[in-house]
Amino acid sequence: MTPAIKVWSLHLLVLALLFAAQFVLPPYHATNLARIMVLAVFAMGYNIAFGYTGLLSLGHALFFAAGMYAMGLSAWHLDAQAWPALIAGLIAGGAIAGAVGLLALRAVGVSFMIVTLMFAQAGYLTLLYLNSWTGGDEGFVIAQNARVLSGFDMATDTPRFVAAFVLFAVGLLACLWLVRSPFGRVMIAMRENEERSRMLGYSPFHVKLTALVLSGVYAGAAGAAYGMLFGYVGATFATIQYSILPMLYVLLGGAGTVLGPFLGALIMFYLIDITSAYTDAYFFVVGAALVGLVLFAPQGILGALRERVLKWLP
Amino acid sequence: MTQKHIGLAPSRRAVLKAAGAGLLTAGFAAPVWSQAAPVKLGFQLHRTGIGAAYGRWYERTAQAALKVVNDAGGINGRPVEIVFEDDGTDPKRGAEVVEKLTRQHNCDLIFGPLFSHVVIGSAPRAAELKVPYLVCSEGFHVAGGMLNRWTMQPGITDVRAQVSSMAPWVLANLGKKVAMVFPDYAFGHDHRDFFSAAVEAGGGQVIAQIAVPPTETSFTRYLPQIPNDTEVLYHVMVGPAVLTFVKELGEFYGTGARPEIFGFIDSLEAVDLASPGLAFLEGTHFWEGHCRNQQADASEFETAYRAAVGVDANGASVSDAKDVSTYAHMFSVWETLHIIKAGMEASGYQGAADRQRFVEAVEAMTDMPESLAHVQGKKLFNGKTHQVFGHQFISKVEGGKLIKVHTTSIEDSLYPDAVDYTTQSF
Repeated sequence: MTPAIKVWSLHLLVLALLFAAQFVLPPYHATNLARIMVLAVFAMGYNIAFGYTGLLSLGHALFFAAGMYAMGLSAWHLDAQAWPALIAGLIAGGAIAGAVGLLALRAVGVSFMIVTLMFAQAGYLTLLYLNSWTGGDEGFVIAQNARVLSGFDMATDTPRFVAAFVLFAVGLLACLWLVRSPFGRVMIAMRENEERSRMLGYSPFHVKLTALVLSGVYAGAAGAAYGMLFGYVGATFATIQYSILPMLYVLLGGAGTVLGPFLGALIMFYLIDITSAYTDAYFFVVGAALVGLVLFAPQGILGALRERVLKWLP
Repeated sequence: MTQKHIGLAPSRRAVLKAAGAGLLTAGFAAPVWSQAAPVKLGFQLHRTGIGAAYGRWYERTAQAALKVVNDAGGINGRPVEIVFEDDGTDPKRGAEVVEKLTRQHNCDLIFGPLFSHVVIGSAPRAAELKVPYLVCSEGFHVAGGMLNRWTMQPGITDVRAQVSSMAPWVLANLGKKVAMVFPDYAFGHDHRDFFSAAVEAGGGQVIAQIAVPPTETSFTRYLPQIPNDTEVLYHVMVGPAVLTFVKELGEFYGTGARPEIFGFIDSLEAVDLASPGLAFLEGTHFWEGHCRNQQADASEFETAYRAAVGVDANGASVSDAKDVSTYAHMFSVWETLHIIKAGMEASGYQGAADRQRFVEAVEAMTDMPESLAHVQGKKLFNGKTHQVFGHQFISKVEGGKLIKVHTTSIEDSLYPDAVDYTTQSF
């Protein structure tokens, strides 16, 4: 079996298992899985920027919130239907990422991280400041008619799961195609050695900007979908916590692996869900798990697997 | 190395005998209702996050109310259980907790959240799951029509009612020229809009609206914006910032003349009035949803409630005088649990299939007389807007204690309905 067949078989098998999961999982876990798949799309976007291109951002909450608010505000103020609202979210995520990238990519490393963090914080405060338009810190509920996508009501379990699955599947396969494409190789080259890539004729600025915009489109799509599927838009989704979460998902699952963001989101979600039943200090448990990971498997779970066993894993 | 078990190793026969004896004893000792499955109530608790101080006391209040309800025979002759789940005071987690309580713990309904963003983030999921969701939030979002048929607020009044009913007293007793200092986000904006409207309606004048961004840690550059002819300074600062705010306000005015000061106790919930820097509050007035310091005219119900929850006459825990309660708000948990009991009994609630009948039974409620179930005072429930109305208290800080000086009437807090949830489908 060639590596390409192995790669596509594995990813299609994962998708098949996820689709089938809705028929066997108890309803509580099925809805959780829908949430996790949408959050995994957010993390996949982060992975394109950080895992594959080496852009350590702390501003992705801004792109996620841009998508969520573009969807929500167009539904609220313009009475937009579900599809136009979703597409607005996707475009907003990419556009804001592009605008931030044009300025922030003048900086590198820690400076880039700080600049993206400041942009995200400015975005969060803008949402609070424009309270009468955005609902401020309280947020707002998405009207029922804006949650009907191609005739399917996203407030019901099966359509919601299928919508989350479709978004996840498209995101996963597109990401797989991207990282195996020539442009994907250039992204990885930027991460590994920017100067050598430049010497070979590639423009680091353009490659990184393109990667950041793609990353923003993923984050925006995830934000818009999360708001529509679960019916709420609020400023907490623009706080720094939502810049750190996708980073943790990616680090846990494996930076620079296509399935890592999903695995990280899955484990992190249930780590919080289960430990919070036993202790108030569940974030301590999460922190301890991450410290352990950094010490013993810095490549993340799938990264460690790839290093030791599955050399062909993208 | 092998591990050797030492000590008393019981024989299989002894274990069987003991187990049999235990089962028999349990059978004789158990209460009558042990045959009935318990009513299971889910509590969406702010155990961690910014609402943790409230959450700690909400949990204690819920446990105390649960004991009272169970001691009085439970609900419909069945014992009652509460399943607490921490929402981290986060709307995303809040919605997940609603799901968990409903589908994993199989709770009959959910109650208890305070913070507005958690309520607004969770209410859509409650409606999708068709589970009653009784909030203790104070927000106008319930009566404002933002939420749904399954979400109700029968245990605490909302901000609009609170500020509207107090404005006449403030204008009549403290002054007519008001300067407002409030946090520049939704909670502060509710105060700005509703209190300003009430002041204008009462013949007063809001001469300054000073919005403070939520990230500010110092207020010195805002205080000079308070006009010199201000007669009443109205403040609703929240969180740790209030200590800095009051301290800097004291430094700003020094020992010279100052306007009358009126604030919301939200600023000082779970905070000891004897904390360093708060001395400047002496002689100022506060809104209280329920009087923290036990008043001379406290009802027998209020006294029994205070004892049941474990709060001393100063509003602190009976076991730790430094552990000050969130007394102005936490009665809502107690009253909501009693309304759940009344609603379930009125609807003949047996299980999840009766959830709709439970909502309809609560919607049919109107007068709620002062009693052990309504320890804060008499209430009036509006089934159309799913919002309760009640008395508000204005207290003055005297000798470090909050002394009640005025009780508003329920009529003062009423306003036109903004929504009729009973016309919405389930």
